Parts: sequence; C-alpha cells; structure tokens
Amino acid sequence: MQRRTVFAVAAVMVALLFICGCTGTTTDPTPVEKQQLRIATTTSLYDTKLLDHLTPIFEEQYNAEVLIVSAGTGKAIEYGQNGDVDVLMVHDRAREDAFLADGYGTDRRVFAYNYFVLIGPESDPAGIKGMQPEAAFTTIRETGMADGSDVVFVSRGDASGTHSKEKAIWKGAGFNYSADVQGSGDWYQEAGTGMGATLTMANEKQAYTLSDIGTYLAYKGDLELVTLVDEGDILLNVYCAMQINPEKYPDTNTTVAKDWINFMISDDVQEEIASFGVDQYGQPLFYAAQNDWEKIGVTEAEVKDPVL
Amino acid sequence: MYEIIEGFIEAIRLIVTLDPDVMAIAARSIIVSLTATIFATLIAIPLGAAINFGTFPGRKSLINLIQTLYSLPTVIVGLLIFLLISRVGPFGSLRLLFTPTAMVIAQTVLILPIMTGLTISALSGIDPVVRDTLYSLGATRLQFLVNIMKEARFAILAAVAVGFGRAISEVGAAILVGGNIMASSFASSTRVLTTAISLETSMGNIPQSIALGLVLLAIALGVNLAITTVQHR
Repeated sequence: MQRRTVFAVAAVMVALLFICGCTGTTTDPTPVEKQQLRIATTTSLYDTKLLDHLTPIFEEQYNAEVLIVSAGTGKAIEYGQNGDVDVLMVHDRAREDAFLADGYGTDRRVFAYNYFVLIGPESDPAGIKGMQPEAAFTTIRETGMADGSDVVFVSRGDASGTHSKEKAIWKGAGFNYSADVQGSGDWYQEAGTGMGATLTMANEKQAYTLSDIGTYLAYKGDLELVTLVDEGDILLNVYCAMQINPEKYPDTNTTVAKDWINFMISDDVQEEIASFGVDQYGQPLFYAAQNDWEKIGVTEAEVKDPVL
Repeated sequence: MYEIIEGFIEAIRLIVTLDPDVMAIAARSIIVSLTATIFATLIAIPLGAAINFGTFPGRKSLINLIQTLYSLPTVIVGLLIFLLISRVGPFGSLRLLFTPTAMVIAQTVLILPIMTGLTISALSGIDPVVRDTLYSLGATRLQFLVNIMKEARFAILAAVAVGFGRAISEVGAAILVGGNIMASSFASSTRVLTTAISLETSMGNIPQSIALGLVLLAIALGVNLAITTVQHR
C-alpha cells in the first residue's frame, strides 16, 4: 500500500513536471530565440574595446547576441571565405576588393578610419623622428643592417591589415619585401601575433613597430614607446564592415548581418565612434567615416547607403 | 618585480571577491573539460578493456600507436577539428565552429589516446593471480570484466584525472576551434582559462592573467589531490 502511494506521488510529480515543461515553452514571454551574429574582426577593433562598447547597444536594440572572433585581417578573411562568420570587419582595401570580387562578400560599408603611426623608443637610435614613412623605413633598415646596431623593427608578421600596410610602405620605399626585408637580419623580427601583443613585444625589445593609432593609444599607458612618424598619406587606415555573401553561404544570418552593418553607419553609432576614447585618451581612437568619405577615398554610398 | 607583486595582490583580490568574469571563465573551463573527460571516459575505458583482453592481429602495434599518440600536439588536434567542422569542411553544416561543443570535441579527441593507453596499462598491471582466480571460480565474461575493473579502479581513476588535467590545461586547440569568444550569454562564450590567460597577457593585463593562472593551478592541483586522497583511502 505504502509503496503504491509513493509511486502515485512520483507519477503525479512527473506529470506535473511535463505540464510545466510544456506550458513553459508555449507561454514564454520571450518566445523568439535570440539571433546570433558571428563577426570576424581585426584585432585593432577588438583590442581597443570599441566593439565591447558597441555590442551591448546593438544586442539591446535588435535582441541579438554578438559573437566576436578577433584575429588578424588575413585570418578573419579566411573565416569569411569559409562562411564561418556572418560579418567581416577589416582594414585592408586590396584584400577586401579581392574578397568582394571573388563573390565571398557583399555590401561593403566604411564606418571608421584613423592613421597608422610608426612608434619606437624615445632615444630613437635610427633617428627617424618626423621623417616621411618611406624614408623612415629605409633609415631603419639601413641602420638595422649596420654592424653592432641596436635598431630592431618588430613586424606583426601575421598577414593582418597592419602587416599589409607595412609591406605597402616597404614597397613604397623601393624594397622587395621578401628579398630585402624579411630575413635580412636580426634587426627585422616577425611577431606573428595581434597588435596589442606586438606592441608589448616591441616595448620589451625597445624596438620600432607600425601600429594603428587606436591600439597604440589604448596601450600607451603600459608602453615606453613614443610616436615618431605620424604624417604621410600612406598611413591612412580605413575600416569597413561587409556581409558574407548569402548566395555563397545560404544559411548565413543575413538579417542580423545587415542590421549590424546599418547599425555601424547609423548617425548614432558614428557619433559613438567619433567620441570613443576621448575621455580616456584625450583624443578619439577612430574618426567617423560618415562625413569624410572624400578625404578617405571612398564613395558617399559606401559610408551612407543602408544595406537593404 | 613591483608589477608582479602588484599583480599577485590584485589577482588574490579578484579571486576572493569572486570576480564574476574570472568565475565565469573558470566555470566554463571546468564544464568544457569535464564534459570532454566524461565522453573520453565512456569511450576510453571500454576501448582500453577491449584492446587489453582482446586477441587480434596487430594488437601490439595498436598499443604502440596509442602510446605514440600520447604526445599528440594540441594544435594539430585543433587544426584537424577546425578543418572538419569549418563550414567548408565535411561537418560544416552542423555549424559547430566557435562553439563550446567544438572545444569539447577537440579536447575529447586530444585526451582519448592517453586515457585509452592508461586504461590498458591499468588493466594489464593487474596481478595474474586475480585473473586466474576469477577464471577458476567460473566467472562469466561480464563478471570477469566487472571484477577486473574493480580491481583496477584506482589506476583507471588516475587515467581519468590525467585526461582531465590535459584537457583543462590545453590552449592550442581551444583557441583554434573555440575562437576565444566572450559573448553576453554564458553558453555562447568560448573563453576558457587558458585562452583568457593568453589574451590578457598579450593585452598587458598581467593581474587578470595571474588571477586566472592561479585559478587554473588550483583546479589542476585540486583534482589531483582529490584523486590521490581517494587512492590512499
């Protein structure tokens, strides 16, 4: 008798659990599951915490969850080519164009820009302060290759957007990167890692390095390195967001991807970008692209037209 | 030097105040590695028993191969799983890349050889007298296995502990297939202790790194201490 009662009670409880479970799923006040947005981004946007600042605003507005994988532009582009993410945010015009031309991406929009800076130890052993970028690179290489020199240049060496820019400057200075620079001596060292880590490494070695201004300012407090070269057209750094082509990967999260891109070029976010970091660093880490499209060499449509 | 001391003080503060970030990362680490260890245990122990008691051609070579795979590099496992689950890979449609599930898979694959191998050693190390006694008492195949397992339980437990230790301290595969994501929900994030330490150190946040490192160390030591205690009881 007793055992039967226990069994009955247990049965009722199980039944109740089932009922609760069922009603739970049907009358849940937020029945729509949060959409996930996967973004592959360059380390500079991540390390400066700009995206940490923007994603909660987006998540709130669009009831979405943002998953960010931070990697150098090269790796990020590969994630995009494999369709492993929904949105790509990078800064390497040549490779972006190739990405679009190959049909992997669509709807490129430019949302921010800033400048690259050549930084190094305050003592400036190569004496490059105030030079044009190309001349500074040439001087670093020459002094670095001289005997007994303590000049070191730390390169990202990771196929990132910054690394691409560095190669472009070497080319502009008249060098063949793989023959004249890479492996040409102890003065040239490849870090193979993100911008933040490269800055930390350059600081340890009292070396020169090329950095985007945003990451440099964000790390400046921990560094002894100073800005030595910050003028020259070649130093312009333009950030864009694009969607992974849904025709190539049909189950990409297109709706949220478009929302994100439109969010990045919206007036509110453009203001957020322009003011981000001013309190902390005394100057913005990024400039809004919205009104400066001419200056940064893109079309007005690329900074203003919402993605449909 | 001052920075290290300061880092340690800050680290201890982060731990004793149960800093939510540190705790979430530690919890995720334990969940992912524990899940992987459970899966690996479910595969490795029967597999180890089958290989140890089985008689089939190539058995010796198979054991040799398993022992060689003890030193399977974690990034190789990471690369392999990455290639399999990336969208363009054979299992791409499951969309597992950059999820905790992917990390569980990678860690399971990583610790499977060592756990299988240690199970084999544990079983083969049993006193032959025990086996002969079981046979002579007329044990069925199942009874035989159950009793042998009982006899070898401490050594098998050690295999499980080693597996868990390798899983939780692993960084290469975790960062390749997990992506080190910090999302707003716990379940979508893939940042674990090792990948977080790697990131925080590269960002120069040494106190955070030390705190996470201490937690990781505590977990690793705690698990081994627990196992040793059980074994000596």
